[in-house]
Amino acid sequence: MSDRDENMGATQRAEEFLQVFKRGAEFTQDLLKENERLRFQILKLEQTASDVSTSPDVDQLKNRIGVLESEKQEILDRIKAIEQENIDYDNRYSEVEAENNLLANLYISSYQLHSTLEISEIIRIIQEILLNLVGVEQFSIMLLDETRLTLRPLVVEGTDPKLVTSVKVGEGAIGETVQTAAHRLLAPDAAGDVFSDPIAIIPLVVGQDVIGVINIYKLLQQKVSFSNIDEELFNLLGAHAATAIFTAMLHIEQGSRPVFHDSFFARMSDTLG
Amino acid sequence: MSNLKVLVVEDSPTMRQLIVFALKRIRGLQIVEANDGVGGLKKLSAEKFDLILTDINMPIMDGLKLVSLIRNDPQYKVVPVVVITTEGAQEDRDRALALGANEYITKPIQTAKIIEVVRRLLEVGG
Repeated sequence: MSDRDENMGATQRAEEFLQVFKRGAEFTQDLLKENERLRFQILKLEQTASDVSTSPDVDQLKNRIGVLESEKQEILDRIKAIEQENIDYDNRYSEVEAENNLLANLYISSYQLHSTLEISEIIRIIQEILLNLVGVEQFSIMLLDETRLTLRPLVVEGTDPKLVTSVKVGEGAIGETVQTAAHRLLAPDAAGDVFSDPIAIIPLVVGQDVIGVINIYKLLQQKVSFSNIDEELFNLLGAHAATAIFTAMLHIEQGSRPVFHDSFFARMSDTLG
Repeated sequence: MSNLKVLVVEDSPTMRQLIVFALKRIRGLQIVEANDGVGGLKKLSAEKFDLILTDINMPIMDGLKLVSLIRNDPQYKVVPVVVITTEGAQEDRDRALALGANEYITKPIQTAKIIEVVRRLLEVGG
């Protein structure tokens, strides 16, 4: 290689180096410009942010958000209260339905018991009340034979009548009920021999006198206990069934329905003043 | 809601009165009563009913026979039928449903249950 060729190679490398250096300088210039632009942008944004944070609109919006949050909480509390009210209304509705059911049962039982003077009809109505309204499968009705001081079975339903025998007043749970005149209820599975110690004994009371008892030996399947309605029905039966039976007995003795005549009106006039 | 007619077939006056008492709480419902299955059939042939409520244990003609006859009558093929059974009488209940009864109510009867079932089957409110 000659000296001339060497010089040309060095010149070419120097030019290449200058080209690279020039491009680097241009790139650096561009970077500096971009940096300047971005710094300006940051300053602008900082200024805007500062303006926004101090703006009265932001305060208003923050306040509005606070108010809305509080309103939302109030609405949520109100919804909760309404839900509770609904539950209360549901419970009250159930209670009213239960009361209505009770009153319907009592009204109809009372109505039916006093709708006839025939003893057989009255017994049938007592049977219907016990079977259909209380859910009793086995029971008996005993009336008091006052000459022998003995309760004697009049009706035995759902079981062998031979299992139900007369009871002396004061003897056992049934005989004691004649003296206490208070009904007695046990848990259906608590009784031992149900025919001497029934799960329920209801005295039939006219005024102060016990004229008989209703003994309940067994409830229908699935009926595991007595309800409040049952107790009310027992109270009703104790008084109204007794009166109905007593009236029917008088009717039997009289032989026919009494006729209102002059002496009756005269006596009532004296009585009522 | 008006002009919906319900037939109550029940031999026990106490139960019949209780059922009618309950049904009267549904506004506008007309209630017709019959003492047994035969009486019920007579009413069914004389008038058109929208629902039939019948006891199962009745003299002369029981509720099962009545349900069977009702379902064989084209006029009453789709009319809702509710049977009243005693608790534990699963066999009667199954037979009644197999014969075409829509629903059953068990004794001792709750008036609210009668109202709920009848309202649902008649698709009525108050």
